[in-house]
Amino acid sequence: MNDMTVMDKTMEKQKTKIAANGVNVHYGESHAIKDVNVEIEDKTVTAFIGPSGCGKSTFLRCLNRMNDTIDICKVTGDILLDGEDIYDKRVDPVQLRAKVGMVFQKPNPFPKSIYDNVAYGPRIHGLAKNKAELDEIVEKSLRRGAIWDEVKDRLDKPGTGLSGGQQQRLCIARAVATEPEVLLMDEPCSALDPIATAQVEELIDELRSRYSVVIVTHSMQQAARVSQKTAFFHLGNLVEFGATGQIFTNPEDPRTESYITGRIG
Amino acid sequence: MSENTQNTSRYGGSLLKQSDRTRRRNAAEKRFRAYGIGAIGIGLLMLFVLVFNIVSKGTGAFQQTFVTLDVELLESKLDKNGNRDLADIKKVTTFGYSPIIRKAVETKVASLGIETNLKTKAMAGILSKDAAAQLREYVVANPDQIGETVEFRFLAQSRVDGYLKGRVIRANIANDKNISPEQLDLVDALVASGVIVKTFNLDFILGADASDARPEAAGIGVSMMGSLFMMLVVLALALPIGVAASIYLEEFAPQNWLTDIIEVNISNLAAVPSIVFGILGLAVFINYMHLPTSAPLVGGLVLTLMTLPTIIISTRASLKSVPPSIRAAALGVGASKMQSVFHHVLPLAAPGILTGTIIGLAQALGETAPLLLIGMVGFIASNPPSGIAEGLLSPNSAMPAQIFEWAKRADPAFYERAWGGIIILLIFLVTMNTVAVILRRRFERRW
Repeated sequence: MNDMTVMDKTMEKQKTKIAANGVNVHYGESHAIKDVNVEIEDKTVTAFIGPSGCGKSTFLRCLNRMNDTIDICKVTGDILLDGEDIYDKRVDPVQLRAKVGMVFQKPNPFPKSIYDNVAYGPRIHGLAKNKAELDEIVEKSLRRGAIWDEVKDRLDKPGTGLSGGQQQRLCIARAVATEPEVLLMDEPCSALDPIATAQVEELIDELRSRYSVVIVTHSMQQAARVSQKTAFFHLGNLVEFGATGQIFTNPEDPRTESYITGRIG
Repeated sequence: MSENTQNTSRYGGSLLKQSDRTRRRNAAEKRFRAYGIGAIGIGLLMLFVLVFNIVSKGTGAFQQTFVTLDVELLESKLDKNGNRDLADIKKVTTFGYSPIIRKAVETKVASLGIETNLKTKAMAGILSKDAAAQLREYVVANPDQIGETVEFRFLAQSRVDGYLKGRVIRANIANDKNISPEQLDLVDALVASGVIVKTFNLDFILGADASDARPEAAGIGVSMMGSLFMMLVVLALALPIGVAASIYLEEFAPQNWLTDIIEVNISNLAAVPSIVFGILGLAVFINYMHLPTSAPLVGGLVLTLMTLPTIIISTRASLKSVPPSIRAAALGVGASKMQSVFHHVLPLAAPGILTGTIIGLAQALGETAPLLLIGMVGFIASNPPSGIAEGLLSPNSAMPAQIFEWAKRADPAFYERAWGGIIILLIFLVTMNTVAVILRRRFERRW
């Protein structure tokens, strides 16, 4: 995929899916995220880039409240999903996570069959009334995960027996099976080889037509290839947020420029 | 360069020649390997000595000497009224059967043409005191056989059994009231004619304990049932409580000082001597709750207390070994905490939990000390329990307690049975541990 073609893609204004206002995250004593404001658009790929430990993954995990599982983690500020505060007391994180799916850094299929991996989400959310509907959801999700043709003959084989790239696409299929509105991806290609990475990136581009995708990545080339918007994090601050083309060609902040040109990071 | 030349000289030139330093290091390594092999050798030797000892001393218990006799069930002695009324038949005590047995022995000896100057009573003395009871039991069960001649296989008394097993020798019986050289002559003659035989004795495995005077009739079966019922109690209580506690502590409990204290105390409980649990059981279950003494239910409760920490610790370890990425994956698709635990974490931890439980049970099965205090060690004459309630509540012993009890008694015939009991107990323990190892191997996952 050519870098320029993605950047040149039409950038019609999408409505805001997630709006974060003044988000601060504390891990015990340490201040991991400092007053971050960001607006994530619907049907857009937004990339979070920045050096290790800059807080981009932490911020991503705030968006579906995965940080709730860490006792010492405290989140303040507002994160609005379609205008509703996801940290409101009335919000059940389980319901939120059905809407905001997540794909992790390391492929983590359940040690169950490929079919059960994908069917698990729809099952617990009651998305299918019968076996036929479930079969349909599984096939649709695996097709969206661009892995259907490779696994259709062995749906009953364990998901852990697939190659790394296939496992990650299976995890993406599993995430889209619950029909989320937002898909969070935490360095989804860091454990994959270049060919598998290319496949996943292609997939991300396709997913954009249905979901709002937020991807954390270490690779600036990847951010440039797949995203329309890029946010640069540094030491817990959101340094710069804007159109990907602009960030990579004409950054406003000197820190962004230093990172992109390889002087810090 | 001067630095370069220094470097080559430091390692003594040729690679084909070992330097002093290398030689010393290699020697140290060789010594260490020798120590290791020595340590393993000592361990194996001890194991061999132990197993050899147990097997050589215990196998005798599985064989028993029997005397086959044709007994005429005289109506005049057993049912004077002749109307086969069971109540009347039951009135005849085991003493009433002695003359019948004496007559049977006398007839047998006479028919074989064996010369002996023993009196009839002394001749019948080669039989176990259990013979009369065995006969009475048969007659009460089959009253219609009175008047017939029936072939019986009676236990020989323990001295005769010992004589055939080489435990009793003629040189040592001068002061033994229970056996005389003439009786041994008779035994020799009866062995030659096939009346007395030594064969496998199923009653040792299935039977009940017997009093001091009848070691030949003692079996471990009833105490095995006692152990079984205790294990049922332990399994039914310790597994669900232990697993629930571990899941809560590992997956749900907040990390604070209270859970830290609980954690430390569970580890401490695992190290508490088992006799302490015994005295606790005595105080709480028997003195305070008034549960019956010597009952496997109480034994099971005490052993549950003892096994709980083992199960909790191993369950927590196996829950911990499930990678966090699985939990994250489940939460990521919108599973609740409980769904992630019960759908994903618990099934993956199950083999480990099972292994820990089996090892905990094996530990409890071999435990004797706590049973001392709740009255399960001692001569507890009981029949095999007829139901679950009776099995739990009626007095019983347990396998290790039975072994201890036998080892304590004076008659060497009991000593042999103690070793036999150890063989059975070890078979149980080895089987359980093997199952645990197989389960662990079978379900071991690599991530």
